[in-house]
Amino acid sequence: MQLNARHHRLLTSCGYFYMKYNVKIGGKNYQLELGRDAARWSCRLDGLEVDVDAIPVQPAVLSLRVGHETYEVKCECTADHIQVWVRGECYAAEVRDPRSLRARTRAADHHGPRKLTAPMSGKIVRVLTREGCEVVAGAGVVVVEAMKMQNEIKSPKKGTVQKILVNEGTAVNAGDVLAIVE
Amino acid sequence: MFKKILIANRGEIAVRVIRACHEMGIAAVAVYSEVDRAALHVRQADEACPIGAATASESYLNIPKILDAAKRSGVDAIHPGYGFLSENARFAQACADAGVKFIGPSAAAMEMMGSKTRARQAMERAGIALVPGTASGLESFAQAEQIAAKVGYPVMLKAAAGGGGKGMRLVHTPKELNPALESARSEAERAFGDDEVYMEKAIINPRHIEMQVLADEHGNAIYLGERECSIQRRHQKVLEESPAPIVDSEMRRKMGEAAVRVAKAAGYSNAGTVEFLMDEMENFFFLEMNTRLQVEHPVTELVTGIDLVHWQIRIAAGEKLPFVQNDIQIRGHAIECRIYAEDPDNNYFPSPGMISLLMEPSGPGIRLDSGVYEGWNVPTDYDPLLAKLIGYGSDRVQAIGRLRRALGEYFVGGIKNNISLFRRILHDPDFRAGNVDTGFLDTMLKKDSGQADTKLSAVAVIAAGMFVAMGATVSASDPANAASGSKNNSGKAASGWKGAARIEALRTNIGGNS
Repeated sequence: MQLNARHHRLLTSCGYFYMKYNVKIGGKNYQLELGRDAARWSCRLDGLEVDVDAIPVQPAVLSLRVGHETYEVKCECTADHIQVWVRGECYAAEVRDPRSLRARTRAADHHGPRKLTAPMSGKIVRVLTREGCEVVAGAGVVVVEAMKMQNEIKSPKKGTVQKILVNEGTAVNAGDVLAIVE
Repeated sequence: MFKKILIANRGEIAVRVIRACHEMGIAAVAVYSEVDRAALHVRQADEACPIGAATASESYLNIPKILDAAKRSGVDAIHPGYGFLSENARFAQACADAGVKFIGPSAAAMEMMGSKTRARQAMERAGIALVPGTASGLESFAQAEQIAAKVGYPVMLKAAAGGGGKGMRLVHTPKELNPALESARSEAERAFGDDEVYMEKAIINPRHIEMQVLADEHGNAIYLGERECSIQRRHQKVLEESPAPIVDSEMRRKMGEAAVRVAKAAGYSNAGTVEFLMDEMENFFFLEMNTRLQVEHPVTELVTGIDLVHWQIRIAAGEKLPFVQNDIQIRGHAIECRIYAEDPDNNYFPSPGMISLLMEPSGPGIRLDSGVYEGWNVPTDYDPLLAKLIGYGSDRVQAIGRLRRALGEYFVGGIKNNISLFRRILHDPDFRAGNVDTGFLDTMLKKDSGQADTKLSAVAVIAAGMFVAMGATVSASDPANAASGSKNNSGKAASGWKGAARIEALRTNIGGNS
């Protein structure tokens, strides 16, 4: 199934998704577009269509088919990157979502209260500030852990923390509002 | 036969001995330190006794505590494994005094082999070839100078009570001799409380080949073939194999007969190993005798078909060896890889911690002697050996092929480990040709490990994105899973993965049905 940007909003709202990532491995940057509709994946790597199919076979293990070639890929997450094992080789990957980066940059220019949302489902492992505290742009507000990867959610702007809506230990879903910075 | 045996050890070797006990219908008693309550050897034993704090001197090296556990559990015998108290003659004697059979040689035989100079003297009397040098401690610098001149530089200074490379000095020129002698003495004094140092001619990058012997308590002794143990790093063995590529049947007979003479000269019983150094001219010299079961014993078991731990127990129970030398046939080839929790990117520094994911190999010709499981937290207090992966084949090429296949199936996640090192060794042309000496590994590690495969990098990029995408969408996209997710919000980070796998399976099924 082909996915394009027009489908994107519709698909995410009914449980399908389409994502764009910047992935950095071994000093090289790759543009990755992934879409999923039920069990089917679509994939573009640096603009080129790749025929892939993936099944999670056990926690942190993916059975991947690229064309007809099969790979059993294992994943380990550290604080700032993902380690992916392919055929006995270990690759350290940094995965970024450019949309959320853009969103953050845009938000920083804006005035008025900004919402901080969870980029992925996970658990709040740390709250780094308190309501009423002053924060600068880029200061960490809360830390979300998902798949053993800790993700610091940063303030998009300089301001005051108006509200913190989560506690340490709270489970959150992607898109949940975590805090508001005024 | 014994009814109950206590295993005075931990890790994979404790599990190995427990397995042998169970195979023979003997109850196994484990001992454990405070950090080992959940260790695999405790889980597999029939009984288990706590013996104290994590520090080995408080637990696995503590003779009174172990004998107390033996008394309380009412065992007939103690198996010491390797390391810890296995070569401690005082422990063997204390067991005898407490009326518990020590599964190993007599305290007297252990004591004789425990001092390198005493062992050299005994071997000289028995007519065994020794590396040229002194059979007793050096008395003076003048004597050292004289002997060094006679055997020729370079020479090696070694502590009589030594082990693990301590008190050892390589001396290339007469000028270096005096300072080296002084520092070797003081290091030996500090490490072993004994400053006796002797001298040997240094053999540069020798092969390290050892011979397994088995002797009963009725005067019968046989050899079970050699093991090539030259692949070492910092004097620690990393990979061993049997038979040795360089040893033919004639050389095996000569080394084996020498090893049996060594065992007989020491009044040795039970399983033991005679280590030899082999120079470039294929001359072999007695190095030392290890009076215990070796880590690498499985390769000998696979090529001879003789279970060494079963026979250790049967010999200790007083049985006679039912086979003679001519009954022993070497069949096929076996290679062992020592899987350590250590970081290949950080100079192989130990890397203990929690094993978050464990995928173990199996299949034809593969034996895995492991001491760990998924979810086990490898403690920082002991040797970081996780498991031994042994490959067997009808010849060396097949054994290498099976091991490489098994290494591909093997995955230990959450902690660093040296599995990738074995892929490199088994791929190395010199190793594949059997050209190995004790300098092999250092040389190999200096070579470039090769270029990254661009196709595999692309697969890694796609997979990394998918891992992130799935972690991000599982709960959000599926209301049922989101609900269960919030119910178990105490759950582990991996629980989302289980959810993902479940949903994926469900979707695939639905897709298949429609």
